[in-house]
Amino acid sequence: MTYLTKLSAAALSELLVSKQVSAVEATRAHLDHIAAVDTDLHAFLHVAADAALNTAAAIDARRVAGESLHPLAGVPIAIKDVLATQDMPTTAGSKILEGWVPPYDATVVARLRAAGLIPLGKTNMDEFAMGSSTEHSAYGVTRNPWDRDRIPGGSGGGSAAAVASFQAPLALGSDTGGSIRQPAAVTGSVGVKPTYGGVSRYGAIALASSLDQVGPVSRTVYDAALLHDVIGGHDPLDSTSLTDSWPSMAAAAQAGLKDGALKGVRVGVIKELSGDGFQAGVTQRFTETLALLVAAGAEITEVSAPNFEYAVAAYYLILPAEASSNLARFDSVRFGIRVNPASGSLTSEHVMSATREAGFGAEVKRRIILGTYALSAGYYDAYYGSAQKVRTLIQRDFAAAFSQVDVLVSPSAPTTAFKFGEKLADPMAMYINDVTTIPANLAGVPGMSIPIGLAPEDGLPVGLQIMAPAKADARLYTVGAAIEQLLEARWGHTMLSQAPALTPTEMFASEEGAV
Amino acid sequence: MPSAEMKNRAELMDFDKALELFEPVLGFEVHVELNTKTKMFCGCANEFGSGANTNTCPTCLGLPGGLPQVNKKAIESSIRLGLALGCEIAEHSRFARKNYFYPDTAKNFQTSQYDDPICHDGSVTIELESGRLVTVEIERAHMEDDAGKLTHMGGATGRIQGADYSLVDYNRGGVPLVEIVTQMIEGAEHDAPEIGRTYVAAIREIAKALGVSNARMEEGNVRCDANVSLRPRGSNVLGTRTETKNVNSLRSVERAVRYEIQRQAAVLAGGGTITQETRHWHEDTGITSAGRPKSDADDYRYFPEPDLLPMAPSRDWVEELRLTLPEPPAARRKRLQAAWGFANLEFQDVVNSDLLDAVEATVAAGASAQAARKWWTGEIARLANAAGVAADSLVTPIQLAALIELVSDGTLTDRLARQVLEGVIAGEGTPAEVVASRGLAVVSDDGALIAAIDAALLGQPDVLAKIRGGKQQAAGAVIGAVMKAMRGQADAARVRELVLERAQAIE
Ligand SMILES: [Zn+2]
Repeated sequence: MTYLTKLSAAALSELLVSKQVSAVEATRAHLDHIAAVDTDLHAFLHVAADAALNTAAAIDARRVAGESLHPLAGVPIAIKDVLATQDMPTTAGSKILEGWVPPYDATVVARLRAAGLIPLGKTNMDEFAMGSSTEHSAYGVTRNPWDRDRIPGGSGGGSAAAVASFQAPLALGSDTGGSIRQPAAVTGSVGVKPTYGGVSRYGAIALASSLDQVGPVSRTVYDAALLHDVIGGHDPLDSTSLTDSWPSMAAAAQAGLKDGALKGVRVGVIKELSGDGFQAGVTQRFTETLALLVAAGAEITEVSAPNFEYAVAAYYLILPAEASSNLARFDSVRFGIRVNPASGSLTSEHVMSATREAGFGAEVKRRIILGTYALSAGYYDAYYGSAQKVRTLIQRDFAAAFSQVDVLVSPSAPTTAFKFGEKLADPMAMYINDVTTIPANLAGVPGMSIPIGLAPEDGLPVGLQIMAPAKADARLYTVGAAIEQLLEARWGHTMLSQAPALTPTEMFASEEGAV
Repeated sequence: MPSAEMKNRAELMDFDKALELFEPVLGFEVHVELNTKTKMFCGCANEFGSGANTNTCPTCLGLPGGLPQVNKKAIESSIRLGLALGCEIAEHSRFARKNYFYPDTAKNFQTSQYDDPICHDGSVTIELESGRLVTVEIERAHMEDDAGKLTHMGGATGRIQGADYSLVDYNRGGVPLVEIVTQMIEGAEHDAPEIGRTYVAAIREIAKALGVSNARMEEGNVRCDANVSLRPRGSNVLGTRTETKNVNSLRSVERAVRYEIQRQAAVLAGGGTITQETRHWHEDTGITSAGRPKSDADDYRYFPEPDLLPMAPSRDWVEELRLTLPEPPAARRKRLQAAWGFANLEFQDVVNSDLLDAVEATVAAGASAQAARKWWTGEIARLANAAGVAADSLVTPIQLAALIELVSDGTLTDRLARQVLEGVIAGEGTPAEVVASRGLAVVSDDGALIAAIDAALLGQPDVLAKIRGGKQQAAGAVIGAVMKAMRGQADAARVRELVLERAQAIE
């Protein structure tokens, strides 16, 4: 059944709908593969094997009974641990939530279940989604399937690695400054950050409320679109959720496969997101992709977004400010771990303090301190206030650019996957890695990363970021699917089919008698 | 702990002496709890008295992933309250997070408003007992969510000091509040304590008249923080203020303001300085004690709530809501007192007993105002008091009006009417039904009366002679005998009339 794990969600869906494969078979194949490879990769923090098989059996029974089900019913999915799930622990990669099982499902999780997808488990992430490498998880790193000494990106390294290593055809991520797109780029998978307000945040543990957005992770653009259609749309429980009715993203992706889909599409190349600081192989693959677009009839224009220069600085004021407030609730009173102080009286203040000291990792503490400072009286205007102004300027840059072009493109990340520990000691180096993805979050516009080849110098995946105006997510799917088709035609295979084969983890370091 | 109690009991200066030396400057923050069906930011019931932590959900428990949704009814109530306070309603308003750690605050921030409150710049004019009118300027009225309730267990006092542990009930967490903040009130002079009481009473009355709050101070629906500072006579520099928190009855507001004036005057006159701090009011001992120091540097790190969209209440909506405002309570009182012709004391009696609505409805049902007042503040209030319930829960205005009608048409005497009232309260039916079932009507059949009178007159020939001789006052003895014979079911005035008539007529 190994082949089942190689299928796209769409292909698996066809087999399920035509009853050639049962949901139980599909689920078992993925669970077996997880058991074989994930001890080493560590994409999952929790695997709900029994629950997944039970859910799959129930789906099969309904399908056999002739019930009309969602086409994705029976397709397994991995869920980033930032999303509340009432039957699985939800830790956001933090010690402070160790073992916490929420009493409710996030809206996106409820929608997955309603559509009959099979949750396999929860995926690893940087603690509270703070990071670009998943090295800040309190539960250990996730390895990049392309090179196990390298990071899988972050914060959603677990979801990207799970999909890239065929442990799940689909996954959910969350993207505050690139946490879906950058991991997709460095693992050769597809990741989409929808328009802010396009997908409900209810039940997504908040990092920075005005930036966070939940989105799909997959191996194909069409699969991402299918998942987007399941999770998207208005949710009254999220006050920032848009009330618009949305076109089918799947239909938009299909439209991209038609001949001439790229003809006359105006593509803007952002001047500020290229050149210095970008790895040569990244720039090379990016330039080749542009040439491919031109050949397909797209019009390429260079556009300038002068205020993008300030995006990282503004982001690292707004994010910590909101995070310092969002993370205040982790106080040991109502949920999560409780740590008593080693000495002194057991006042609530002392217990809260000891719990937060023990429960939060260094990066979380760093950002809480930064954010608390940025919001302090006397500093607010200079820091948080100025950052909000930069945000407005960046929105204007986007508006100006989108008055000239249909979509904007850039490399998804300045580099390919870096090695573990390479940027841990230098937070600024880690932060600057998100220079390409952060502007979309600040402006609320949708962004997508698709694989465009391997960098010649290290043989690691490179991603193309496509951005569209707010609410024009469908455009990403059309353009993304078109480019994906062009590239695969040129390569003669999919990108992930080239990933190194993962050997099953050995259960024992040595066999008896052998050394 | 007598020593701590001694320490708390500060030196006080005589009130008049304090006013000679200092000018009090006041300010009030009144929290009004709205009586919406559900909480401010989630669908949980806004209900007093449910089992601990039963009215909760991921949002009001501050669970990871919980998000707020604004209760439109709470916005509507806030706007109506603001309009009744003469406020401007902001065209653009937004929520802000007030960040501080405390276990009763589930998210460790309060969702409040900072630089864009929903209502601002209003005023309330209050009338003191002396007839002095004082206009209290309102700076702002903003929305926020309430905290949960802490109960400190163990220890002697039920206070946090000395407690073994504390329990938190988040049922109240997330209940909508409107905080009404006054401008500085200067020129209060000797009236300062009364201004405090009367102002809070006015806010309470307005909230109640609007129907936006249950407005019961004893249940914490209306809570007052009183700011007091003293300025030495002749100085134009403001003194340091204290903020006495959670003063929860009208009388306490008056006492707390008076106490702080006397306490601060004694400190300042003794060469001391006032610490800027919150103070706790102790209802039992009638004193305030120091709470935590509060400086202007208190930093709540306010910032706009990113989980909620800014609000822009449309002008049409605001005007629609303005049309729903009831007559302002003060104007209504003036109008009703004039219409009813009550003396000040009579009217105050009705107002203070919270019976204005009851009297008004009884008059509307056809009773005379004086009779309605007399019954509500007299017999009904007495019975209600004995039963420990509200007077207007015993009988309806329509029932009382019917009873009053039976008295005025002579069917019942006052004494009989009291018996009928008991019957009505006991659920025996309408006054007319009780009269019939208990057989209590005044005997108005002159035949039966005349027979009784004739018998009484003939039984007392000396009295008969006196009456015939023109001594009308002698009739009293006969009247008493007749009333006794009729078991009280006769109209005494009619009996008197007939006695005089029969004395001349009978043989
Ligand atoms: Zn709730």
